[in-house]
Amino acid sequence: MQDLSLHLLDLIQNSIVAKANLVKITIHEDEKKDWLHIAIEDNGKGMDQETIKKAIDPFYTTRTTRRVGLGIPLFKATARRCKGDLKLESTVGKGTRIEARLQLGHIDRPPFGKLDDTIVTLILCNPEIDFVYSHNTNYGELKLDTREIRNVIGELPIDHIEVITWIQSYISKGLNEINGGVQ
Amino acid sequence: MKTLKELEEIRQRTLESVNLRKDRKGARVVVGMATCGISAGARPVLMAFVEEIQNRRLLDATVTQTGCIGVCRLEPMVEVYMPGEEKVTYVNMTPEKVKRVVSEHLVNGQVVREFIIGAVEKKD
Repeated sequence: MQDLSLHLLDLIQNSIVAKANLVKITIHEDEKKDWLHIAIEDNGKGMDQETIKKAIDPFYTTRTTRRVGLGIPLFKATARRCKGDLKLESTVGKGTRIEARLQLGHIDRPPFGKLDDTIVTLILCNPEIDFVYSHNTNYGELKLDTREIRNVIGELPIDHIEVITWIQSYISKGLNEINGGVQ
Repeated sequence: MKTLKELEEIRQRTLESVNLRKDRKGARVVVGMATCGISAGARPVLMAFVEEIQNRRLLDATVTQTGCIGVCRLEPMVEVYMPGEEKVTYVNMTPEKVKRVVSEHLVNGQVVREFIIGAVEKKD
């Protein structure tokens, strides 16, 4: 994966397959402490202890088309390369939380990439799922909650192209602001 | 910061056209978005479809995703379903190819044969 936004898009496919209808994406960048936290939390069907252990293993997948599953192992490798690690917690019937910690300024830390494209893709392709995206930096906070958007747009579908275009511009402008105006 | 108020305006402005969309008879574009697709560049391909569809105001077309289509070496893959016609599978897609697929296939109903799975496999 070339950047963190693609890792996120990939990992959240697991939440989609697990039939989650609420996915929370939380990113916390702290330049002063030089840490980056990324968490994905869903209310999907969850995994038992046995499956959690296997999910870290590249040669495990629930898919039947192929015998490898690389999403979580690739992200774990990225985190470890940046003096961090990945934690996977899950409860059957309740959901899963995946959390990674990386050194923000590590030379091997991939760039964020197009986070706006990742969030927009998720919303567009999964209009029945609610997403909460919150992103904190030392300069500010960006928050997007599709439940709030639905309240405003009423009967207009969230995957309508005009709504999607608005969401993209909301996120890209917001990211610009919380990055101190520099992308 | 942009505000939710703009969304309220979009809602009022757009609701009329949404009524037309209730029974969606337009094209359906499905992009493979598993680890293989994403790492091969599926997201820019999907975003290019969104942009082209928005530019051409194809308001009855839908863009969505699926998991691994099964031939990972040919990702990014895109399936196009036109109403009343067989599914067409495009392989090794790029945002540049998307423009042609939208104008030739979605708008004019002509399959872009050189990009479909059968043509690409023969060449190899």
